[in-house]
Amino acid sequence: MQAGALLALRPAGLYCETGDFYIDPIRAVPRALITHAHADHARPGHGMVLATGDTLAIMAIRYGAEFAARTQAIGYGENLRIGEADVRFYPAGHVLGSAQILVQDARSRIVVSGDFKREADPTCAPFEPIACDTFVSEATFGLPIFRHSNSPGEIAKLIASLRLFPERTHLVGAYIFGKAQRLIALLRQAGHDRPIYIHGALEKLTEYYASRGVALGEVRKVTGATDLAGEIVLCPPTAMNDLWSRKFAEPLTAFASGWMRVRARARQSGIALPLVISDHADWDGLCATAVETGCSKLLVTHGEADALVHYSQTRGIAAEPLHFTGYGDDEATPAEIAA
Amino acid sequence: MNRFAQLLDRLQREPSRLGKLRLMTDYFRSAPDPDRGFALAALTGALSFRYAKPGLVKALIATRVDPVLFDLSYDFVGDLSETVALLWPGGAVAGEDALTLGAVVRTLSETGKIDLPRVLAELLDGLDETGRWALLKLITGAMRIGASARLAKQAAAELGGKSANDIEDLWHGLRPPYLDLFAWLEGREPRPVTNDPAPFCPAMLAHALDEEKLADLAPAEFFAEWKWDGIRVQAVVGEQSGKVVRLFSRTGEDISAAFPDLVDMLASLPCRTVSIDGELLIRRGGLVQSFGVLQQRLNRKRVSAALLAAYPAHIRAYDLLSLDGDDLRALPFLERRHRLEAFVAGANAARLDLSPSIDFKSWDFLAAARRDPVAAGAGPDAAAIEGVMLKRRDSIYVPGRPKGLWYKWKRDPFTIDAVLMYAQRGHGKRSSFYSDYTFGVWHQGTEGDALVAVGKAYFGFTDEELGKLDRYVRNHTSTRFGPVREIAHGKDAGLVLEIAFDGVNRSSRHKSGVAMRFPRINRIRWDKPAREADRLEALDALLKE
Repeated sequence: MQAGALLALRPAGLYCETGDFYIDPIRAVPRALITHAHADHARPGHGMVLATGDTLAIMAIRYGAEFAARTQAIGYGENLRIGEADVRFYPAGHVLGSAQILVQDARSRIVVSGDFKREADPTCAPFEPIACDTFVSEATFGLPIFRHSNSPGEIAKLIASLRLFPERTHLVGAYIFGKAQRLIALLRQAGHDRPIYIHGALEKLTEYYASRGVALGEVRKVTGATDLAGEIVLCPPTAMNDLWSRKFAEPLTAFASGWMRVRARARQSGIALPLVISDHADWDGLCATAVETGCSKLLVTHGEADALVHYSQTRGIAAEPLHFTGYGDDEATPAEIAA
Repeated sequence: MNRFAQLLDRLQREPSRLGKLRLMTDYFRSAPDPDRGFALAALTGALSFRYAKPGLVKALIATRVDPVLFDLSYDFVGDLSETVALLWPGGAVAGEDALTLGAVVRTLSETGKIDLPRVLAELLDGLDETGRWALLKLITGAMRIGASARLAKQAAAELGGKSANDIEDLWHGLRPPYLDLFAWLEGREPRPVTNDPAPFCPAMLAHALDEEKLADLAPAEFFAEWKWDGIRVQAVVGEQSGKVVRLFSRTGEDISAAFPDLVDMLASLPCRTVSIDGELLIRRGGLVQSFGVLQQRLNRKRVSAALLAAYPAHIRAYDLLSLDGDDLRALPFLERRHRLEAFVAGANAARLDLSPSIDFKSWDFLAAARRDPVAAGAGPDAAAIEGVMLKRRDSIYVPGRPKGLWYKWKRDPFTIDAVLMYAQRGHGKRSSFYSDYTFGVWHQGTEGDALVAVGKAYFGFTDEELGKLDRYVRNHTSTRFGPVREIAHGKDAGLVLEIAFDGVNRSSRHKSGVAMRFPRINRIRWDKPAREADRLEALDALLKE
């Protein structure tokens, strides 16, 4: 990426010289704009953090109230001038509070998407394509083999399995922030009205979602030695194989991730019921978005960048990968997390 | 076709061997002829189409998907069938099974070369993702679903309360869709008669010796011989209006065409029929050559006179399975061995000799012989020895890998500490992760000390370690060459891998001039600085040994 005043790549992340701030830096900096509260994008210890109210609230839940020296909330669509740059946040459709960040000066408009998806999600505001000159995209699932915009179909598989094995606990591994709450909301949309059980690690974030008006129905924390036969229990991927999971009735393990579409990945993760559900755009979503923004330049931060770069070039968009390392943990499979 | 696709899909997701067995047996019991026979053929790798080949599948997907996007996807997925199944545009919904497996196989074998792309495309259009995957598996012949040919035979055998070996004995005379086999298994017809004059007998294999169990074994009950570093073969002479000679690999592949020198020798043996189990070696000037030399003769369809002269093939016999119409496999090993000794002596053939026995009284003595074959009297061929074999004196010849009868006790592997230099995504079980690692050692070059690549390893690590290595590769990539990632390496950067290997050959293909045998990752040395990795001289020293 050409070093430019409006946005350049530095070791700590994307840096705007015009406004003297970083976006989603991977180490502590004086001033950070945060797209969303996943740990790989939102790190503690910055001097000043600008983010949506939900993102700030969730960072406080995860890191404690002192996660930054100062914070400032910004609403979707609100304009803020920082130095010589104008900044606006728009919904990214990734998780609650997630945003794309528009940075512009007199000469150009750059949108940094953070992580995003195009599939409908009952737990967050939908993605809006924002016209820009340069679009900074993720590409976690940037290969045409990845198509995962049929979450209701995948949820139906989980419900069908519950009917088939009513004597078994269905233990569903999901990233504790975003994916877990979305699965609960999707189950409710599909008509599953039994209480849904959660691991203690999900409690605070799930409570926060409920307090923000997301329809999650009756959610109970797993306590005591109950075996919860025939119930759905959500837990972090790391808890799926540990001692905690042994008390359940013949647990049937399910895992929700876009990687589950590749057989070898599903098999390596040792999951009985792989669910192809992701909070990231799939191939069609990535391609459509690159085109819809009308950008003339596409920069790919992380993921399977090569195919998206190639596709964009065939559509007349100058595209290049940034090969930025440090993002992309929120879809990891249990085996990867154990590592 | 849908039922077969479901079988493959479930087999691939089923982790336990017993579960796989049950899935296949259920399928064979309930699927009709000839579908189940074609399924058995597909699962045992016995199905091959004249024109429907992987190349055709690649050409076909190139007409539907941008080739660059296909290559990137294939690199990630690591399996051609799965990649094409996922990329094929449009998605039929799984519906009625109008298309039987038998009909698909017939269509694929009867359609000519020109019409095949169109016909295959129509088949793919009519199937859902799992169906497309299964159809492509069928065509490309690379199942990789974690069920071996032997397990499939065992599953079929269970229909009639038979064993896999009962089927193995018949197998080489049977053809898909195996109507006669299933009729026999279901008790509707007598055992199929095969009239193959020179059949392959499934080989008896040894278990790796667990040294801790040695104390439980009585030396007096075992026969010991050297383990030769060649390839296991079965040499068969039969009669059918003249002599029929066949040389089979360990798995039953007919490799006669590559070894006319051995075929000539076998044809002139003083017997009507014979079946010899032994090691194929190269013997020059009375000396057995290393495996590296033998490699010059392997994997060739035809051989030149020059090659035959430069690399004369030889069989070192260690078992006699039949002689002049008598099946000897039910005799105790020692009895077979006596007949073998007499036969080899009587044959007096220059290209056939006997694998010598090792006289031993105690395990300590044998352990010493394994460490130092020369001192134990292995003679000038000691360099071609890779350990010792232990065979129970009373063991009958049991196809497969029976427990408690034969053991291989390989020489301890060598190890070196090497630095990870390049990584690529793997195939099969490891696919989609960076699991193929090229590593190097230090060497004094014209511009000072530099790492020179000496080999590639893609197993030896656990799934958990694979996750860590994959992450390391992604976070330490310095350059990319297509699918290959160069990993930062030098005096002050890099990951040290302890590599275990069975030996070193000279190689003109590698810049380092050496090639390692059977390299695998023994340990990941997260703690060791790259500058302390081994030097090329350590490998050169092994060459000179």
